[in-house]
Amino acid sequence: MAINASKYIFSIVTKIFVFVFIGVNVRRKNLIPNNGPAIVVANHNSHLDTIVLMSLFSLSKIHLVRPVASAEYFLKNRFLSWLTTRVIEIIPLEHGKASKDFNPLSAAVDALQQNKILIFFPEGTRGEPEKIVRLQKGIVHLASYCPKVPITPVFIHGLGKTLPKGERVFVPFFCDIFVGDPMFFEEDKHAFLNNLTETFKNLATEGHFHDWE
Amino acid sequence: MHPTIENSLIAIWIIFFLSYALIFFLHKFAKIKNYDDIFVRTKSWFFLILIFSAIIFAKKSLAIYILAFISFLAFKEFISLVPNRKSDRRIPLWAYLSIPIQYYWASITWYGMFIVFIPVYMFALIAFRMVITQQTEGFLRAIGILHWGLMTTVFSLSHLAYLLMLPDRVSSPTGGTGFLLYLVFLTQFNDIAQYITGKTFGKRPILPRISPKKTWEGFLGGCIATTAAALLIAPFLTPFDWQKALLSGSLIALAGFAGDVTLSAIKRDIGVKDMSSMIPGHGGVMDRMDSLTFTAPQFFYFVCYFYGY
Repeated sequence: MAINASKYIFSIVTKIFVFVFIGVNVRRKNLIPNNGPAIVVANHNSHLDTIVLMSLFSLSKIHLVRPVASAEYFLKNRFLSWLTTRVIEIIPLEHGKASKDFNPLSAAVDALQQNKILIFFPEGTRGEPEKIVRLQKGIVHLASYCPKVPITPVFIHGLGKTLPKGERVFVPFFCDIFVGDPMFFEEDKHAFLNNLTETFKNLATEGHFHDWE
Repeated sequence: MHPTIENSLIAIWIIFFLSYALIFFLHKFAKIKNYDDIFVRTKSWFFLILIFSAIIFAKKSLAIYILAFISFLAFKEFISLVPNRKSDRRIPLWAYLSIPIQYYWASITWYGMFIVFIPVYMFALIAFRMVITQQTEGFLRAIGILHWGLMTTVFSLSHLAYLLMLPDRVSSPTGGTGFLLYLVFLTQFNDIAQYITGKTFGKRPILPRISPKKTWEGFLGGCIATTAAALLIAPFLTPFDWQKALLSGSLIALAGFAGDVTLSAIKRDIGVKDMSSMIPGHGGVMDRMDSLTFTAPQFFYFVCYFYGY
């Protein structure tokens, strides 16, 4: 398999950037999956979420990591689409186009079958800073196609301060990351989604953060 | 590089490797409690001493970049942990901006600007910037927190840089570098001496609601050991006679203790144990620099009082 050199370079640069200008305090880094297939699910407050999550993986594993991101948003201009598809190697996701003939998650499922590690934001889009919005059903569908793949929940706190949605000015703040135990798909889809929501709530309360008002 | 400075660094490395070996062998023959914890801490000391050696060995201009970067990390830790208002999100940028400027004053040894820039100009600028957002609720609290952060992590720590830049006419053979070595070594030595005497003889808690593990025995043991160490090394690194060595040694011991417990009180208020996890076993940058935030300005003005700037 060809090695994507630009992804390595990008990862080195972003690792340095994250170390200097953000700084990450990770609880239980050992639970971050080392090999695929695996899904990392995280809350989504900032564009920085993806590069911070990618920085948690060692360079030797970075070729396995594929963030799942909105096609609508990231493929809108040529530079962004080159950066996201060729360098970061996102899996573009087409929202709201599911039909009998088209499964928006098929590319993600293929990647899992090739032992990749997916980064998935089950909230769908970036929410209000430092708040978790309702999880969408996408993660349930994805998990139902690959019930044996471990799903590692990751709660990120702080990036909604560093660069929240709709803001252009970056302000350096540390971010806190809480990694949970891997979970697996459950036949009862409702219970599974509730379980995942509950897990995120528990990870979020672990840090005893002040409300940001 | 003055040969005394070189020898002092070599001595620090020898002390480090001897303690490393001591801990290793103590554990081999008699299991130590919390061995893993102590081992991780000692390993981190290796990198800390390495960075410190770089500051001492490097050209002064490069050393100032490193010190400014340490200030930046310390301020970032502080501002990330303290409660702040959503409307103030961008205000820390101004505080961040003051870091290179403050270290620049140190690098060109503009003493007058160096001592007023943060307590006078940034004091007013940040307050005014915060007024512009017109959020009065929690204003005093927010502005107080930001000023405190700037004073400890930037103003106080930048005295390390100015100390380094002190001209050699301050009649010390080793110049500012000697003073910096003296201050940093004694401050860290005081922390360790307090820890060890406290662990060994500690009975009476000194400030139980702030640091339950700190004792009178540890505090006094640290003071005695640090003052003794000051008397021992002052002839090599400073122009101090024995009276000034005694005075500066006890000043560093007292201020070091005060700085340490002050950061502990802040951490208790915020509700965290460590400022971050950047230094394994120690916590954050500020957890290691806490004593220095008090000793650096105290010692700097001690030197200035006797020798001018």
